[in-house]
Formats: sequence, C-alpha cells, structure tokens
Amino acid sequence: MATPVPVTAGPLNKAGLSRNDYKGLPSTLCAGCGHNSIANQIIAACYELDIVPETLVKFSGIGCSSKSPTYFLSRSFGFNGLHGRMAPLATGAIFGDTRLRALGVSGDGDTASIGMGGFKHLIRRNVPMTYIVENNGVYGLTKGQFSATAEVGLTLKHQGTNPYMPVDICMEALASSATFVARSFAGDPKQVKELIKAALSHRGIAVLDIISPCVSFNNQENTLHSYTWGKDHEAPLHEISFVPALDEIELPGEFAEGDVREVTLHDGSAIILKKLERDYDPTDRGEAMQMLEQAERDNVLVTGLIYIDTSRPTLVDGFNLVETPLNRLGEADLRPARETIDKINALMF
Amino acid sequence: MSEKITNNFSLTIATVNGFGSQTANVTLLRALFKMGIPVSGKNLFPSNVQGLPTWYTIRLSRDGFTARRDETEIVVTLNPASFARDLAMVQPGGAFFYADDIKLPLERKDISAYPMPVKALARAADVSSNLRDYIANMVYVGVLAHILGIDMDKIKQALAFHFHGKEQPIASNFGVVQAAADWAKQNLTKTDPFWVEPMDKTDGLIMADGNTAAAIGSVYGGVQFVGWYPITPASTLAESLNVYLPMLRKKDGKQTYAVLQAEDELAAIGMTVGAGWSGLRAMTSTSGPGISLMAEYTGLAYYAEVPIVIWNVQRVGPSTGLPTRTAQGDLTETYFLSHGDKQYVILLPGSVNECFEFGWKALDLAERLQTPVFVLSDLDLGMNQWMTEPFKYPDMPIDRGKVLWEADLERTNGVWARYKDVDGDGIPWRTVPGNMHPASAWFGRGTGHDENARYTENSREWEKNMARLKKKYDTARRLVPAPVIEASADAEVGIIAYGSTGPAVEEARVLLEQAGGPKTAFLRLRALPCSQEVGEFVQKYERIYVVEANRDGQMRQILSAALPDQASKLRSACHSDGLPLTAKWVKDSILSQEVK
Ligand SMILES: Cc1ncc(C[n+]2csc(CCOP(=O)(O)OP(=O)(O)O)c2C)c(N)n1
Ligand code: SF4
Ligand SMILES: [Mg+2]
Repeated sequence: MATPVPVTAGPLNKAGLSRNDYKGLPSTLCAGCGHNSIANQIIAACYELDIVPETLVKFSGIGCSSKSPTYFLSRSFGFNGLHGRMAPLATGAIFGDTRLRALGVSGDGDTASIGMGGFKHLIRRNVPMTYIVENNGVYGLTKGQFSATAEVGLTLKHQGTNPYMPVDICMEALASSATFVARSFAGDPKQVKELIKAALSHRGIAVLDIISPCVSFNNQENTLHSYTWGKDHEAPLHEISFVPALDEIELPGEFAEGDVREVTLHDGSAIILKKLERDYDPTDRGEAMQMLEQAERDNVLVTGLIYIDTSRPTLVDGFNLVETPLNRLGEADLRPARETIDKINALMF
Repeated sequence: MSEKITNNFSLTIATVNGFGSQTANVTLLRALFKMGIPVSGKNLFPSNVQGLPTWYTIRLSRDGFTARRDETEIVVTLNPASFARDLAMVQPGGAFFYADDIKLPLERKDISAYPMPVKALARAADVSSNLRDYIANMVYVGVLAHILGIDMDKIKQALAFHFHGKEQPIASNFGVVQAAADWAKQNLTKTDPFWVEPMDKTDGLIMADGNTAAAIGSVYGGVQFVGWYPITPASTLAESLNVYLPMLRKKDGKQTYAVLQAEDELAAIGMTVGAGWSGLRAMTSTSGPGISLMAEYTGLAYYAEVPIVIWNVQRVGPSTGLPTRTAQGDLTETYFLSHGDKQYVILLPGSVNECFEFGWKALDLAERLQTPVFVLSDLDLGMNQWMTEPFKYPDMPIDRGKVLWEADLERTNGVWARYKDVDGDGIPWRTVPGNMHPASAWFGRGTGHDENARYTENSREWEKNMARLKKKYDTARRLVPAPVIEASADAEVGIIAYGSTGPAVEEARVLLEQAGGPKTAFLRLRALPCSQEVGEFVQKYERIYVVEANRDGQMRQILSAALPDQASKLRSACHSDGLPLTAKWVKDSILSQEVK
C-alpha cells in the first residue's frame, strides 16, 4: 500500500525554501516501514540545513531502501543504480561537479552482501558522501530472505534459522578507515535527524547505519532489527545536537565541563555530544571498536556518533582539480591545442 | 652463398622473459624502421613475469606488408630451454645465431650458424653486475648489425629514444652493440644471403602501439574520467593516459580530468557510468574477462542512456585463457552484452592510427548518442609496435551532444522531458548534476520510465521507449565511421574483415592473384551497426568471405543476422590459435573454399 511521506509546508528556511521544496514523490513502501521515517528525517535535515536541493545528488542501489531517494528531494538529481553497486556509481559521479553534496541510501543486503567490496573501497578512498544503510536484517524487496546483517540464530517464517554470523556495518566501516561512523534507530527520529545533519556537514565518507525495521518480514519482538527490540535495547552513546555553522555554539549550562564534547566539522558547524553513561571519545578508533565489541557482548544497540576524524583528505582532495566544475569545462580546456600534435607525434618514433 | 635477399625476410629472437630483451628487440625494429625499411614486430610473450621462453619476430617487407608470417628465415636464441625448437624454426637456407655458452647439438647443415660470445661481451661491458643480464641482449643487436648491415647510427638513435636521451644508459648499451659488431667483424664469416639496405618507404610514418594511440586519441577527445582495472593487454592503455593526461591536459597546473584505478571491473564500469551520467567524458578500458563483469552496468547505461566509452583490448578466451595472445573472440560477447534488448555501437579500429582517431571519435559518439560505445582492439594492435601515419589533429570540434544548461531551461521556462524524442532522431536531451535550474533534475534508473523519467510499469510506455532506442540505433548507423572499400570492376568475390586482420587480408589478396585465385574486393568494417555501404557491398558479390581471428566466425554471425536475405552468401575464414592471422592462411582458407 502506498503511504505518502507526510510533509507539512511551513516557514521558509535561510535558503528561502519551505519543507515542501524538499518533498519527494509519495512513498510506495509498506506502511510502518522504517525506511519511510528515515526519508522524513532526510527531508527535515536538509530543510534545517538550508540545503538548496539542486546542490545535492542522490544515489542508491537496489532494494526497498534504495527506492527511497524518490521519496525526498524531488528537485535533486538522483541515480538509482544497480544492486550492490551504488558505491562506484557515486564515486564516479561526484567528479562531475565537486561542489555538490552526495547522499546515498542503501540497504543491508545492498551494502553488506552483494555490495561489500564496493562499500569498503568507497570508505577507504574517503569518498565525500553521506552513506545511509537502512538496515533491517533482511532483503525486503525480494520478500524476506536473510541478509548479511541478520543475527545468527534468527528464525524467520519462510527462511528457517540463520546459521551465520552477522556483519556489523559500523565495525566494517571502522576497519576500512571510515572518517565518520554512526548508528541510529529509525524509531528515534530526533537522533536520526541530528546524525544526518552532522553526516551531511562532514567532509569525507560518513557511514550511517540506521536500524530500520521491516514490518513485513523482520519485526518479531525479540529480533535485533525490530521496533520493540530497538526501543528496549537502545543505549545512546550521547545525546546529540547539531549546531549549524552560522549559529553561535552555546553549550547547555546544566552539564559540567568534561561532560560535553564538541566536534567541529569542516564547514565550521559542530556536533555537541552530551555525556550520558560514560566518557566516550569518538575520535579514538581503537576505543570505538572496543565499544562496539562490548555492546555486542552486552546485547545492547549502541547508537550515536561512534567515530569521527575530520583531518583526512577526501578522494577529491587528492586530485588537484581545476576550480570550474569538470562538467562545465569547454573545448578549450578539454582538447589540447593544435600545435601540440606535432610534439606528440615527435614523441613516438 | 646464394643470391642476396634484401629487406624481405623475418627475424625471430628467442629469449627468456624478464631479462630486458624487449629493449634490444624494439631497438632493432626501430633501427630498421629508421633505415626506411617497412617493418612490423610481434611480441610472443608468456603469461609470467620472469623465466619463461619468449619470442619476438620482426618482419622486413620491401613491399610494405605488415601481417605476421609463419616462416622465419633468421633465428636468434639466447635460451637453452627453447634452443632445439628455435633451431628447427629456421627456414632452409636461413641463419641461426646462438649464445656460445649453450652447448647443445647443432645438427642442421642447411643453414648458416653463428655463435655469439654473449656472456663474455656482457662481462666486459661497463655496467654494474646487476645490469649484465639485461645488457647482454645488446650483443645480438651488434652481431646482427654487422652480419645484416644495419646502420649503427640508426641503432644509436633507437637507443637514444628508448632511454629518453639519457647519456649513461645509451653509452653503455651502445658500447656493447659496438663491441659485438667489432667482434663479429673479426671472428665471423658471412655465409647467409640476408641483407638490409636503406629505403625510403617509411618517410613520414611514425611507430607506436595501439594502446598508446588510443590513450592519446582519448586525451584529444577530452576524456575527463577514467575508471579502470588492470588486465593484459589493456593495462597499458590506462597507464598511457596517466602519462599523456598530465602532459596535455593541465590548466594552470590543475587537472581537467581524473583517473581512478578501481577495485575490480564491476567498480570500474560503475564509476564510469556515474561519471558519464554526471556530464563527464567518461571511459574505461579492459579485456574480455573484464567485459563479462561490466555486463550489468553496461546494460543499465544503454537503457538509462548514459554516455560511456569502453575499450576492449581483446585477448584469448576465458580468464585466464591465453592472456598474452591475441584474438578477435570477444565480438559477440560485446555485441550481445547484458540483459534484455540492447544494441551497442562498436568501433573497430584497423590500425594504430585509427586507435588514435577512434579514441576521440568514440567520446563524441557516446555523448552524441547518449549510449555506451565500445571500441574493440586486440593485443596485436594494442601492444605491438606498428608503423603508422602520424596522428592527425581531430578535424571536427568536440561534440558534447544534447545537453541543456540553466540558460537553455530558462528559455523553455523549464519545460523539457528527459526521454522525449523532440528532434526525430531518437536522441533525447539531458541535463547533468550541478545544473541549478529548479526544473533541471531527473532521476536516473533502470526501472521502466516515461518521457519525463518518471517511474512507470505501463506496457505502452515501455514499448514506446524501446522503439525510440531502436530508432536511436538507426541514427547511429549514419554517424559511425563508414567502412573502407577497395573494389575493382572485375572482382569476383568479396572479403570482409575488421581490426587487426586487415593487413593479413591486404596481403592475401595479392597472394590470391599470384596463385591464380579469384579477384577480390575488400571491405574493411570500421563499426557496428553496419552502415548502408555494407549491405550494398554484400549485394554485389556471389561469395563473401568474412575473415576474422576467432573460431566461430562471430562477425559472420552478426552480419548474417543483420542481412538475413544475404546470409547464405557469407562464408567464414576464421581461425584462432592465439597468433595474428597470416596472409598465407587467409589465402589458403579462401582457396580451399573456392574449389568446393
Ligand atoms: C544483480 C541483482 N541480483 C539480485 C537482485 C534482486 N534483489 C533486489 S533487491 C534485493 C535485496 C535488497 O535487500 P536490501 O539491500 O537489504 O534492501 P531492503 O529491501 O531490505 O531495503 C535483491 C536480492 C537484483 N536486483 N540485482
Ligand atoms: S518489505 Fe519491509 S523493507 Fe520493504 S517496504 Fe515493506 S517493510 Fe519496508
Ligand atoms: Mg534489508
């Protein structure tokens, strides 16, 4: 059944746009699908960040999750590529005009099964893009087969019991030297939104693993990718607020120094992490891995900003490209001058 | 000594790969070329890095024929492992040069045999000990120079070219060449009939390999993005781009291009499609096994109408097949690649010069037609050095095809439709990311779409769109390079060939006449889809031989389907053993079918 993504037009943002300008087509996903609420938070995040839709490019692979780029930002260019192949598609496409922001939406099957190779190489190249994995532990679109993130021992009606260890997307991202790794839960819209905003402001690869229950094929109460389990076992690392560059960064008074950690992103905006349970340093990769390991043992769903490194150059930084977007260069820049051909022929023998 | 044979023989050099014989071989080839003698060189190398036998054949042809020959009059060997085979290879009356440290029986009495003190002369050379094995190859250059009469100055020129004018290596290598020539003069008596003499048949020509030419052609074609993955024999194409792009395409020290080595061919093509979609002149290069992995994205690019160029430098068979040998066996793989209905434009360069030309033309065609354009080369064309016409500056401005920018959309008040055939040629207009007009964006996809790129599963929309794509392919028919036809009024049979088999066919036509065979007309195909001339040519002759280097007669299959009412006239002269076709084989194949 088609469920329209509910969007309410309201006041204009600094880009002079209303929320409506960030809308997409009505969603054709199942009512209650976690992917829908993520699409809504993408809309909210882009609206709040005053992003002009034409300056953002959308990508996806194949799956229910990968369909969702049509449900937000109709005014943005987008390409729904192949199953498991969003990574190279986006890698090539960002060179067209490197001033644009890239946002990709993939699934757990799309990323961690068929697309694992491309995913990891995208990360190690630090391709500047936000990469959202809408993680439901199953293949939604092909009707409920296990994906690579399904937990071991999970029993589904038509699939039997999954005998294999799950892939942890955040762990894979960390192992591949991601510069931004976060996890969230579709049932926690505020955190999803803040993390998307931070991801969109990060320069480099930002991997966002969002547990996004599939209400049709994997939403039993006791499974990792269900709403109830997520709600019961979610343990946020911090409370997160994203502060845009233009606002004055004001730390909330009731928290003592040391309880608050501020991470400045490349455009001057900041994420403020309020300590909840313990001191957690999202700039320490070793600690991040250890924390994920511990969470798995404790059977908790840790959410929040797991790791960030704002210092590494992006793929594009390594190319020393001309200022003009490559896709606007004309013949004068693309074809060497006529007199060069004799020199080239002289270089032959 | 029998009668002098000048500038008309083949010379094969047998060495162990990985020890630098390629430098010596190419030096010989270049020196002969600079003497004005038509030459061609074929490298027959094994698929390993060091230690296996490797052969290099240079053909000198006063008449200018460049196809491979099976026969070899002169053999040089430094390799004990292949010695017996090398010796047996020499044509009766030929000459055999061998390293004198090989103590193996030399039983033939019908040839001239010359020992060469390879080790001794290399030891005496003025180089560090780790370079001895490499420089040892210069010994046969010097011995051959003396015995055959190769101009020492031209050898020096060739070395200077090879070592980019660096004095030290030029001097030490030439020192060994000179010492070997001097040694030969004092110690050998010429008993063979082979000589080289200067000619003027290479004036105005250059020497290059097809991959380098393809890379340079692409640079002049404005290539902006290259995603690639290493595979012999295609690797040197992308590697050459990495040489010539920085040389020719920087603006104020900054790049107007990006080359990215991908993690596999799935990614190489994915990146290329992404770049093509985002408005860049995008290409990739690979060989048959890589093409297999590129199937899915190529099919999507056809359907989503994304301009990309894919070079397929063919080798033999599966991965690994005969990875260092040549064939034209990927034609149907490429032509029929991917799911569902699709039709690709395939360019078929027949010379190094055409590799250059199609390098830029392919990018124009891809953007004009908004479709994947393949260029089918092969190892023989791509990796061997050929004499060729100098590269000619493109005679047409760059064609970016139908792209709408902000100003265009302002004029139309934002009214446009991504997949609408407004011009009647089947080619729609497109916009690319970065266009800031609020009506510019569209969503690329493999799913069914209407004229406005909107998702639809409507059957009529699907068929309408597929019909337009077919119409676009007919437009391509008029835009692709036309075939080259050599016909005479009295020709009895037609020959169709393409790519690197052209030279063998050219020579075979002469051999056929000499053998009292039929007079032939020749059509060299340069692209698919076939233009009108192909049908007309086939119409004219009772029998058409389609000559190609594969087992199944793949082009004959394609032409039979394209010209069903003429199909019964088409005959195959096809053969694939990893080596370039010889003129003699082509002649024999046609003659044997003519008597039937
Ligand atoms: C090459 C290829 N193989 C298989 C498929 C079929 N397929 C479509 S979506 C999908 C799985 C999607 O799972 P996931 O990425 O987790 O997305 P979800 O639907 O769960 O959001 C599969 C196997 C395909 N489209 N292409
Ligand atoms: S099948 Fe599952 S993943 Fe797909 S739309 Fe429905 S709920 Fe979402
Ligand atoms: Mg899934």
